Amino acid sequence: MERRAFLKIAGGVAAGLGLTGIVTVKPARATPAEMQEAIRAVVGSARITPGKVKLELPPLIENGNAVPLTVTVDSPMTEAEHVRVVHVFTEKNPQPYVVSFHLGPRAGRARVSTRMRLADSQNVVAVCQLSDGSLWSDSAAVVVTLAACLEDGI
Amino acid sequence: MRRLLIALGLLALAASAFAGEIALSDRRSGYELMGRELRAMQDDDTANPGMLWVLEGAALWKRPTGAASRACVDCHGEAAVSMKGVAAHHPAFDAAKQRPVSLDQRINNCRVDRQQAPPLAYESRELLALGAYVARQSRGLPIAVTIDDRMRPFLDAGHAIYERRQGQLNLACSQCHDDNWGRQLAGNLIPQAHPTGYPLYRLEWQSLGSLQRRLRGCLTGIRAEAYDYGAPELVDLELYLMWRARGMTMDAPAVRP
Amino acid sequence: MASALINVPARAKRGEIIEIKTLISHVMETGFRRTQVGAVIPRNIIRRFVCSYNGAEVFSADLHPAMSANPFIVFSTIATESGTLAFEWTGDNGFSVKETAAITVE
Repeated sequence: MERRAFLKIAGGVAAGLGLTGIVTVKPARATPAEMQEAIRAVVGSARITPGKVKLELPPLIENGNAVPLTVTVDSPMTEAEHVRVVHVFTEKNPQPYVVSFHLGPRAGRARVSTRMRLADSQNVVAVCQLSDGSLWSDSAAVVVTLAACLEDGI
Repeated sequence: MRRLLIALGLLALAASAFAGEIALSDRRSGYELMGRELRAMQDDDTANPGMLWVLEGAALWKRPTGAASRACVDCHGEAAVSMKGVAAHHPAFDAAKQRPVSLDQRINNCRVDRQQAPPLAYESRELLALGAYVARQSRGLPIAVTIDDRMRPFLDAGHAIYERRQGQLNLACSQCHDDNWGRQLAGNLIPQAHPTGYPLYRLEWQSLGSLQRRLRGCLTGIRAEAYDYGAPELVDLELYLMWRARGMTMDAPAVRP
Repeated sequence: MASALINVPARAKRGEIIEIKTLISHVMETGFRRTQVGAVIPRNIIRRFVCSYNGAEVFSADLHPAMSANPFIVFSTIATESGTLAFEWTGDNGFSVKETAAITVE
């Protein structure tokens, strides 16, 4: 085969496969800035003070697919003074939202546990809103040995 | 003197483990190598995701099926009584097949022979559920597969697979799990590979899965051709692994990273 | 799989804070994974969980893909009166599971 013809065909094939450009196939990752935007989108622009809410996560987890998490808020949980909602966010997952727990005086105690996914070693942030409208936060860092979200399905 | 030496030699052979093996007292299950949070997840029946399959298995145990319209409970009664210790004794010799069979295969043999129902596919939801339910009845019991003259050749075959270098990476199971357990491989802790908790909920799978699924995953990982589900090689290997873990406590359905 | 595993005390004293544990089968497909040939596996998650006590909502959660497969949620409520605790999970593709548990309050 003539050299020029061969290169032309190869170029055509390469273009067809998208090899002429650089193609990366990976999910978008949130950044700490995007997490802050997401927090603001959910709770508005009022001041958030560190405190009252406690976020418990293991400092190291072998697999990010099921990381146990507990949020506790120091609150009497009465009709007059209680926790309305607790939101959880992450910095580096493909998107920053995790869960929102809606409580209220009938909860008795502001303590909820669940399991979440972490796509990388990162900070997790909890923001709670009390019945008087005030906002409180806590954050925890987790080292993740094997990431969730990024392993492809078979 | 010579007779004494021969006798001592035979005694040593009869009692001894295979060379390179982990000493019986040094054996640790994957449970002991996990972090506190994962152990807590396994220990709490209300939090262990594997229990979803155990509950499904309990329901299937009572459901009549097949042309014979028979449920497991009709022959076996309450599983907590009749299935106690069963998983700890499998793979076990099947006289009809003249070879050891795994628990999944025994369940399917029952379905075909006694319930006149088609066998359940390997790794199907129902087979995993029944396997998890039966294995749960052996929780806390020591692994005790029976090795007699009939089983010995299959145990040896399983051991040979365990020691054989395979795949593109040319690795034998023993090289990681006997010689390098406790060390890190690509960030993961290498366990000793004792099948005390199968079928188990593996976080990486985000689902319950069988020992065969795990073995096939490992074989693929060393770039070897994985034996098909139900292949005699996988059952022989399972027999060897269960014998290697003899006396260790069953903890199915386990949770592992 | 069994749909849901719920753990609620069968009886409680009036005013006692009881802990409720819920575990439900669901793959919680994130929408970020791809198949071997690169096609995106579409998102398929539970989006909302609600617990009602004799008809009144006492707890709810809004879930996102970062919640693990087979979602596990533990929360508490005050045992006010005997009756029924109702649990409902709803999500993508018309997913809807309802379970109930009876409670006797002395």
